[in-house]
Amino acid sequence: MSRPEIEVRGLHKSFGDNEVLRGIDLEIGQGEVVCVIGPSGSGKSTLLRCVNLLEEPTRGQVFVGGTEVTDPDVDIDAVRRRIGMVFQQFNLFPHLNVTENLTLPQRRVLGRDKATAARVAAENLARVGLSEKADAYPASLSGGQQQRVAIARALAMGPEVMLFDEPTSALDPELVGDVLAVMRRLAEEGMTMMVVTHEMTFAREVADRVVFMDGGVIVEDGRPDRVIGDPRHERTRHFLSRLLDPAMAEVEEETSDQVGKSGT
Amino acid sequence: MSDTDVRLQPRKKGLTRRQKRGISRGVQYAVFAAAVIAFAVTADWGRLRNQFAQADIARQMFPDVITLALKNTVLYTLSGFVVGLVLGMVIALMRLSSVGPYRWLAGVYIEIFRGLPALLIFIFVGVAVPLAFPGTEIPGGTYGKVAIALGLVSAAYMAETIRAGIQAVPKGQTEAARSLGFSPARAMVSIIVPQAFRIILPPLTNELVLLFKDSSLVLFLGVTLEERELSKFGRDLASTTANSTPILVAGLCYLLVTIPLSFVVRRMEAKAREAIR
Repeated sequence: MSRPEIEVRGLHKSFGDNEVLRGIDLEIGQGEVVCVIGPSGSGKSTLLRCVNLLEEPTRGQVFVGGTEVTDPDVDIDAVRRRIGMVFQQFNLFPHLNVTENLTLPQRRVLGRDKATAARVAAENLARVGLSEKADAYPASLSGGQQQRVAIARALAMGPEVMLFDEPTSALDPELVGDVLAVMRRLAEEGMTMMVVTHEMTFAREVADRVVFMDGGVIVEDGRPDRVIGDPRHERTRHFLSRLLDPAMAEVEEETSDQVGKSGT
Repeated sequence: MSDTDVRLQPRKKGLTRRQKRGISRGVQYAVFAAAVIAFAVTADWGRLRNQFAQADIARQMFPDVITLALKNTVLYTLSGFVVGLVLGMVIALMRLSSVGPYRWLAGVYIEIFRGLPALLIFIFVGVAVPLAFPGTEIPGGTYGKVAIALGLVSAAYMAETIRAGIQAVPKGQTEAARSLGFSPARAMVSIIVPQAFRIILPPLTNELVLLFKDSSLVLFLGVTLEERELSKFGRDLASTTANSTPILVAGLCYLLVTIPLSFVVRRMEAKAREAIR
């Protein structure tokens, strides 16, 4: 593996007194697909959001494509152009139609002309299978369609890395498949991807590596069949058993280890 | 335990809920009818008609009441609205700034101009400023003065409305824009403000209605004949004819604009509610 595409060194993040990340070291190589799993409040979303500096780390360094993101003098807008991000809540721009959602960022941020932006938008809408929705407004689309448009919007900027923050968690179960199919194809095309998810099947089949986080640290990191199929740590086993077979879980006391607010 | 038993027992005496409701409604209609009859009997209809509804005086007001007075009222209102909107936008952004003194200044402005009567601002712009700085001339004459006075007053209200609108846009919108590489300023202009204005269109239109009425304060600036707006026009004619019909006509002209505008606001609000659902 040459120089890692994403590199995280000694990352700490606190919200007030609440230490959500307690020293994270992580490398993701070019073209690698890494799924980050873990209980809610384990800090996995916060870690992802530190990679493109939507959250400012308290301590530590983050490099993307060799550029230090955490450098106070870095042109963060330029770095973010190379990092696509997909959110749990889609965050499409509701006042713009689908095509405008894809063309406005290209034109305002990359300075592409109208024709080029429209061509790139059409290509990427085709990539996520939504060419026929080009003129629709986000509110008229299903959640799954909105999320695919959001992926296309990020791709239209030509990113080198894609971050996915629980991309299917807000979807009705029957719509999850379409979004995962788009992500799977993206992985096959060689995109470097960091995916925070609860979709174990996706992690097992698509990811090159699975990272299990709990209490603000990385507990386990390895190939999916190893981490999911044969976890070494009790905490991983416990989490996986509750996730894979929720009906069998016992009622348990809340532990102070569950840091962070829900959703992080 | 025992009160459950009481509640379960059938009511034995007194009126039922339905009977009470019927009596209450009957009393309300009776009071209303009595008031209408009392007014119709006691009012001096001839005198009222003479004072407020003299057709020839009303006819004499046209076309000037429209081509001059209403036109000026609209002009004053719109110029004040534009100044207020631009100034309000600046103050709203200052209020949301990360620089402390800007936030503080904007807060002081809003508190001062929301707390003062509009009339006082008009007197300030029309009388105090020329007295304090002799020789300085507000560009645009009366129109300029009105634009500034109305603008100063409405900017304070509009700033708070715009700020609320900007804050009502979900945080995810900013995050999405920033993650695509928008700078903070570009994200604000291209993504946040357009959505904020959709949210605040009804309250902004309401502000327009308020300004429309407040433009009558021009009365206190001392205007030329050509600069008169509805209230001044109506009052002048009322005193020359010694009759109140012009006041009534001027009032109807205000309503000609404000009632449709209020209707539009209600429609927009209903539509916005639908969009949320």
